[in-house]
Amino acid sequence: MKDNNIVSLRNISVDFDGDPILVGLNLDIRDKEFVTLLGPSGCGKTTTLRTIGGFILPKSGDVFFDGARINNLPSYKRNVNTVFQRYALFPHLNVFENIEFGLKVKKLPEHERKNRVGEMLDLVGLRGYDRRNIDQLSGGQQQRVAIARALVNHPRVLLLDEPLGALDLKLRKEMQIELKRIQQALEITFIYVTHDQEEALTMSDTVVVMKDGDILQVGTPQDIYNEPKCAFVADFIGESNILDGVMHEDCLVEFAGKKIPCVDKGFGHLERVDVVIRPEDIKMVDASQAPITGVVESVLFKGVHYEMVVDAHGYKWIIHSTKCQEPGTFIGMAVDPFDIHIMHKEVEG
Amino acid sequence: MKTKTPALPYVLWMIIFTVIPLALVAFYAITDPQGHFTIDYISQVGEYTPVLVRSIWLAAVSSVISLLIAYPLAFWISRRAWNHQRTMVMLVMLPMWMNFLLRTYAWMTILEKNGLINRFLGLFGIGPLELIYTPGAVVLGMIYNYLPAMILPLYSIMTKIPNSIIEAAQDLGCNTWDVLWKVLVPLTVPGISTGVIMVFVPSVSTFIISRMLGGGGNLLIGDLIELQFLGNAYNPNLGAAISLVLMVLILLCMSVTNQFGDEEKGEMLK
Repeated sequence: MKDNNIVSLRNISVDFDGDPILVGLNLDIRDKEFVTLLGPSGCGKTTTLRTIGGFILPKSGDVFFDGARINNLPSYKRNVNTVFQRYALFPHLNVFENIEFGLKVKKLPEHERKNRVGEMLDLVGLRGYDRRNIDQLSGGQQQRVAIARALVNHPRVLLLDEPLGALDLKLRKEMQIELKRIQQALEITFIYVTHDQEEALTMSDTVVVMKDGDILQVGTPQDIYNEPKCAFVADFIGESNILDGVMHEDCLVEFAGKKIPCVDKGFGHLERVDVVIRPEDIKMVDASQAPITGVVESVLFKGVHYEMVVDAHGYKWIIHSTKCQEPGTFIGMAVDPFDIHIMHKEVEG
Repeated sequence: MKTKTPALPYVLWMIIFTVIPLALVAFYAITDPQGHFTIDYISQVGEYTPVLVRSIWLAAVSSVISLLIAYPLAFWISRRAWNHQRTMVMLVMLPMWMNFLLRTYAWMTILEKNGLINRFLGLFGIGPLELIYTPGAVVLGMIYNYLPAMILPLYSIMTKIPNSIIEAAQDLGCNTWDVLWKVLVPLTVPGISTGVIMVFVPSVSTFIISRMLGGGGNLLIGDLIELQFLGNAYNPNLGAAISLVLMVLILLCMSVTNQFGDEEKGEMLK
């Protein structure tokens, strides 16, 4: 439990009505980091969070907090606080009383409660709103109250369960920056659950990609994006072209009917692999000197770039480019060797 | 301006069946059989103070016990899966589909000297116990008959409280007791006051339950009124006077209950 891990999950298994949700999950979360659990719905990310929060008792396995085993510690005794998906503010209390709630339960003296709530109101930018009722607040403001209510208790770890899911896009972007600022200002650990890959990449120090109760990859946002470990991660984090390929030798892969140089090594001779190429890494070149050619099928304007679908021998390539080609044009496509990512085939089931 | 026409039938209904009868009761209460104004009957009501006190006491005991039974049950039901909730609410309401008199008769046969309980106890050589014709039997009858009226408003307000609110309270350091007093009770005050009124008001004015289960010794205010209108003591003016006093008392009780609810909320919002 060294290596400044604040939370460690060891071999955690959780069932719901006999359905396994998590099976033998292991995860270490370093102190003072912004960690995001990312995955599609039903992947077990919220269950993992609730296990840390103490709302779910795992069927087997151990939960460690700062080196101590806390399996049977009820949630109200854990030094973590949670920001719930739909905020779960107390409707019978006003803003001030909501934030004060945890301190009052702990029977802190009144002047200290006042000071700490005041600090929190400043931190989340709600100074002057303290006497408002909850139903007089906008979604974004309620979100801030929920964050303040959790942080006022000075937890070592803050758990956030898709806290921005109910907000509109613009507000969500603002709150992402806001959350990151708060996390850095307070120097505490944030464990953040989301299914939004962009959110995960924007805010996190570490991203944990999950699927079907398993952790597929743990790494920095750059690692996860640039070096996805498997086709699922590549596809989930941003868009990808995923093609079937065969590895001929180190740094030579066959796909789309061509043998093309790449930079990956260590695969078996003639092993079947997934070839993953990001849409923005494909360059459109003159068809006569390109390894792969195809016909543009459709073009969508996306603001920063055009998204084109190109049919090459039946596979529909997605290309992002600032240049536009008319549908029906015959074009060539080139990819730099280091932009070709080779991955072992996922074993199904 | 909105048209009032659709409300007309209801207004008529309320005038004919609520306002006029109430006015008649008030009129009878302050006149003698010849139709002259008098407050004799109102002042006579004072003689029945012990009956009034007993009625209010038994109804209050029934309300409190009903609340203690209904609160955990309603909460438990509200935390089940939705289809289970529906089944259980139906089970709660099931006795209400049976006639009120039948239900109370059933208790007579259970509590009687030769009733179910005493015969069972007799097998072990115990008893017979004095079960029927006691204040306890009356309270039991009230609770049994009016418990659903306590459970339903509590359930309907609790089912609106999401689990995450309770988890948030636990997350912020509340043990079970704190969750109950700091979150659950404040949020369910409207349900509690509705439930208490729904049990207290019919209990305080009942005459069937006290007659069937209370015997002669547990005369309640409802029995007294019935006696004046339908019994041998035929004296509608006195009956009206007692009814009027009872109504005023009930309204007072209700306003106190409502006040309590508001105060609780007011304090929370301070």
